[in-house]
Amino acid sequence: MIDLSNKAGFDLAARNRAEWRFRLYGILAIAVSLLFLLTMVGNITSTASGALKRTEIAIEVDLGADNLDPDDLRAAPWGGIVKQGLRDMFPGITKRKDKKLLYKLASPEASFELEKIVTENPGLVGGVHKIWVSASDDLDLFIRGKVDPDLPEQKRRVTDDEITWIKSLENSGNIRRVINWQFLTNGDSREPEVAGILGALVGSAWSLGVCFILSFPIGIGAALYLEEFAPKNRLSDLIEVNINNLAAVPSIVFGLLGLAMFLGVMGLPRSSPLVGGMVLALMTLPTMIIAARAALKAVPPSFKEGALALGATPVQAVFHHVFPVAMPGMLTGAIIGMAQALGETAPLLMIGMVAFIVDIPTSIVQPATALPVQIFLWADAPERAFSEKTAAAIIVLLFFLIAMNLIAILLRRKLETRF
Amino acid sequence: MVDSIISSRDVNIFYADKQAIFGVDMDILPNKVTAFIGPSGCGKSTFLRAINRMNDLIPICYMEGCMTIGGQDIYAPEVDVVALRAQVGMVFQKPNPFPKSIFENVAYGLRIHKMAAAKSEMDDRVEWSLKSAGLWDEVHDRLDQPGNSLSGGQQQRLCIARAIAIEPKVILMDEPCSALDPIATAVVEDLIDQLRREFTIIIVTHSMQQAARISQRTAFFHLGNLVEFNDTKTIFTNPVDERTQNYITGRIG
Repeated sequence: MIDLSNKAGFDLAARNRAEWRFRLYGILAIAVSLLFLLTMVGNITSTASGALKRTEIAIEVDLGADNLDPDDLRAAPWGGIVKQGLRDMFPGITKRKDKKLLYKLASPEASFELEKIVTENPGLVGGVHKIWVSASDDLDLFIRGKVDPDLPEQKRRVTDDEITWIKSLENSGNIRRVINWQFLTNGDSREPEVAGILGALVGSAWSLGVCFILSFPIGIGAALYLEEFAPKNRLSDLIEVNINNLAAVPSIVFGLLGLAMFLGVMGLPRSSPLVGGMVLALMTLPTMIIAARAALKAVPPSFKEGALALGATPVQAVFHHVFPVAMPGMLTGAIIGMAQALGETAPLLMIGMVAFIVDIPTSIVQPATALPVQIFLWADAPERAFSEKTAAAIIVLLFFLIAMNLIAILLRRKLETRF
Repeated sequence: MVDSIISSRDVNIFYADKQAIFGVDMDILPNKVTAFIGPSGCGKSTFLRAINRMNDLIPICYMEGCMTIGGQDIYAPEVDVVALRAQVGMVFQKPNPFPKSIFENVAYGLRIHKMAAAKSEMDDRVEWSLKSAGLWDEVHDRLDQPGNSLSGGQQQRLCIARAIAIEPKVILMDEPCSALDPIATAVVEDLIDQLRREFTIIIVTHSMQQAARISQRTAFFHLGNLVEFNDTKTIFTNPVDERTQNYITGRIG
């Protein structure tokens, strides 16, 4: 009789245990990495949740003729109007020091917001109106319970007087919380309550656009030539080794090169997405070439041989049969390169994209910053409210990345089904 | 005596410093099936690929001697290899349809050589090619399907249709049936017999039965030498050389 049980020898029990143990290690490894990922995502989202809503404060402003000239709204004393509105709501405050504290309930940006509202609605001129403007970051933090009123007064950012005023405003319905769409539509600001990500988002998009337009055709062209046409000799070997080494060069080196070449020699505009994109393209090219060559290498040589045997020229054989098959793989490589470029900070610091820029860039030669640089800047800011903005900006960056990958996947699927 | 279409004189082929073919003289007759037989590594495929200069693709491979088609030296500097390959088609060991539709596979050669201007002309020529390759009845209602959705035997016939679409003079076949089952092999063998009326066919095969079944002329290669080249019947019934005798009876190989 043949014994097929694990008592039959061959050291089966130990071998099965080894099998089982290895699988356990694998599951453990995955569990640990998942744990890290969840911790990171959880930490970021919980911090960013504070930036989801913003606090607004209602101020009764007198837009009468003695305050402003309807024909010249830009010259109107908007700051004074806001302050007057605040004073009118708390007539009991007379001391200069208290008044100063009172003014700090509204954001320093409130006067600009008021100007914008009135300019867009000229019908408001002439009367007294209740206008909602941004509250200061300290008021926002207090409303959200992030300031402990039990601490001694000197140790918190909100004084007892301010607490009284905020409570009274709250009771009269003059404080509200709204969804913080401004975060997605504003540029950067010194005031965390009005700072937005749009400027950095647009700057990143411009830079990546420039980077893609430069690096994709050059990278694909180089890969096609090296893989399909270049003679295999010492020179092409040398080039291959160099490309592989370039892929491992720290990105800040490319930033220095960009600083010296694009800004120094060529005199291109500093801090612009044009230069940023060019530097990122330098950094992305080796990755793209390596990935594209791998994709070309994976195409069965029989396609090319078949075409050549039919009398196709080498260029026809490559472009009709090898290139379309390799295209999805090349796109994947391009997206990996672009994703790296999106998260890259160091080379952009070198070419000045780290500046404080409020305006949304409208072209590739205007000063701009980029998402990772913006995150770096905000993470460095002393105001407590900026830490929430930092987390929110990271989430925007991640969504940008997901959107890019999604486009790549859709594009790849479309190209793959076409035969 | 019919004039030969392909002639080789003292052809030597080298891979770097290793010689693969030693001084082969051969005259191949038009509208016949010529079979190259011999043990693996004897150089028969190398010699076949020299006829449409596919060896050019291997950087270390070079040739000495003279190879002519229709009296013209195909390795002469004024010869364009593209024009040569349009006249000398090739079918490979493993079916290699392009990752495109059945129609596009056949139409590709016509397109790159601009041999069919109007769409109707293109349709006609694709239909003719598929009919000549005996594939039309099986695929006429699914020409837009990918070429690699066909079975192995059908794929190989598609490759034959693709090769004959541009009406070459010569078709080279490098073990076309080695990846096919016996039934598909029989179909392709019938097809080769049909095609010989219009084309000159040279086929490399490992199967001596196949050579005996389909060819009129057979060349036996051994260790890079052309040992014997004669009518198939003579080779298999009355070989002159002892090595041929040993190979066809299975004593070497």
